[in-house]
Amino acid sequence: MTADGGPELVQLLTPEGERVHHPDYDVELTPDQLRGLYRDLVLVRRVDAEATALQRQGELGLWAQCVGQEAAQVGSGRALAPGDFAFPTYREHGVAWSRGVQPLQLLGLFRGVTNGGWDPHEHNMALYTIVIGDQTLHAVGYAMGMQRDGDDSAVICYFGDGASSQGDVNEAFVFSAVYNAPVVFFCQNNQWAISEPLERQTRIPLYRRADGFGFPGVRVDGNDVLAVLAVTQAALAAAREGQGPTLIEAFTYRMGAHTTSDDPTRYRVAADLEAWKLKDPIERLKVYLARNGWAGHEWFAEIEAEAEALAVDLRRGCREMPEPEKTSMFDHVYAEPHALVDEERAQFEAYHASFVGGGH
Amino acid sequence: MAVTTMAKAINAGLRKALENDPKVLLMGEDIGKLGGVFRVTDGLQKDFGEARVIDSPLAESGIVGTAVGLAMRGFRPVVEIQFDGFVFPAFDQIVTQVAKHNARSAGRTPMPITIRIPYGGGIGAVEHHSESPEAYFAHTAGLRVISPSNPADAFAMVQQAIACDDPVVFFEPKRRYWDKADVDESLDLATAPSPFRARVVRPGTSVTVVCYGPMVRTCLEAASAAAAEGIELEVVDLRSMSPLDVDTVAASVRRTGRLVVVHEAPVFLGVGAELAARITETCFYSLEAPVLRVGGYHTPYPPARLEEDYLPDLDRVLDAVDRSLAF
Repeated sequence: MTADGGPELVQLLTPEGERVHHPDYDVELTPDQLRGLYRDLVLVRRVDAEATALQRQGELGLWAQCVGQEAAQVGSGRALAPGDFAFPTYREHGVAWSRGVQPLQLLGLFRGVTNGGWDPHEHNMALYTIVIGDQTLHAVGYAMGMQRDGDDSAVICYFGDGASSQGDVNEAFVFSAVYNAPVVFFCQNNQWAISEPLERQTRIPLYRRADGFGFPGVRVDGNDVLAVLAVTQAALAAAREGQGPTLIEAFTYRMGAHTTSDDPTRYRVAADLEAWKLKDPIERLKVYLARNGWAGHEWFAEIEAEAEALAVDLRRGCREMPEPEKTSMFDHVYAEPHALVDEERAQFEAYHASFVGGGH
Repeated sequence: MAVTTMAKAINAGLRKALENDPKVLLMGEDIGKLGGVFRVTDGLQKDFGEARVIDSPLAESGIVGTAVGLAMRGFRPVVEIQFDGFVFPAFDQIVTQVAKHNARSAGRTPMPITIRIPYGGGIGAVEHHSESPEAYFAHTAGLRVISPSNPADAFAMVQQAIACDDPVVFFEPKRRYWDKADVDESLDLATAPSPFRARVVRPGTSVTVVCYGPMVRTCLEAASAAAAEGIELEVVDLRSMSPLDVDTVAASVRRTGRLVVVHEAPVFLGVGAELAARITETCFYSLEAPVLRVGGYHTPYPPARLEEDYLPDLDRVLDAVDRSLAF
């Protein structure tokens, strides 16, 4: 398998920060919009770094890092229209950022104060899904609902290279194809499923899987925010116009661990990481902005200061996050009253009230 | 009031639900033109169109998983799993996603999904076509699990399941699909009894027999036979496995002092085990005998030629009654 993504890789901004052109995809952005994307990338990376640090300090039980994948997430997230709906895995912090989900809302799940964290309908983004690939079917069902409602919005669905092996992902491909559902499958191929390399998931490039299901597949440079934006916009437009699903394979690299629980030095070589650092999504945009005179030292320093302020807020907010009410585990198990839950809640309350002072 | 089969009663219930709420839609394998392998959805696609009565790809996880997205979008999907033994490819979606969405989202993404599953034996089918997997689902918080035993209940309960804001696993006793009884299609669901409450279907004083789904008819036949010998069985149709209406069973046990639980599913860790424990806790001083259970064995469902020996029948129910009375 080609380590650089091969000639089919759609790229608009090289790792050296040079703007290149592609026969099928393009995006016209103002300097202001380009600066906006850069700001997104930097702030998302800072959120990720800060959350990683908070896990090391014992404030989070776990964190799934997205470092290295910021362009794939921000580029695709910024391609969405307000009425579109996103279905993430548990690593889509950059997508959440683009959907207006506050970084602190992401931390609750990993701190263990909630199993959710935000209102999916407020942000048009489903909650993180931990079981690999399950959300791809939810996305197709939601898109089928849009069809039936006559809504010309589209759905984007995130998953990884490991998930591409799951039955549900393949069933999602089948359902979306036969119902022509307005859904974009966005596979972030970050090369590793915990310790299993891409070679353990597939023997063909992942975007070519789409051929077997009868819809287009495209491989984009996942570290190139402009290319990701252009390709995702095109796929969403096709979905809205009734052309059905597209599979986008964002060719990228997970620069961190799968989660803070694993140790990537046990299963991959340092040289790979060094090679991918040269393709960093943030650096190439920085060079492009600077070279064209659209941003200078002072502006970059402002963004750094904003990132630092965001990190301070995140640290404080994380530590100040209230513990959940003990009885909240009995809330919302069912939408309608359920005798057993009511009974067990009463038992729980009576047990805790039985201690001196009424607490435990 | 018209005499009809359980299959036709469920069909009529689905039709009413489709008529009354444009957000209700049906999805499953072969449910459209064919009308389902048991013809439960017969004629519905013709009348409501392919967008609402959807023939699905042959993929159970896909059927349930897409229903999750449809429910998030505001629909009330009714999905059909063609046979009991085929639900397991969808088990992940049901227990990890459908059951938990309401809690995870603090009530923002409820899952008003009805999962219809023809279940149980007695029709001479090949393997994987005769199972009783209800305990797996009743064990999972967030799901409701019910089963009708007769056409009138089936007509009401399927509509009540669809109207419920929680996911409901709706087990249809397939060997009772062709049982006939009066069904009142003008039934007002607002005043109909809750599908989550048990019902005493035959009052008696000697022993309480609790059953549900396909076993209710068997137990009523056992009660008739017992009556000829002067033993008056009180037969309780549980109707719901989650929530479990322990109160109705307990009230009956306090009257009779004895309880036999009957179901087709394996006895080990089944619904009967839960009832035995709960009744022992709540009715200890009323019991004249230990709670006894009659059900399937801890074996794979046997080949059809052996199922008469596997399934609880009138004699096995009466044997348990005799053992209870002998204490």
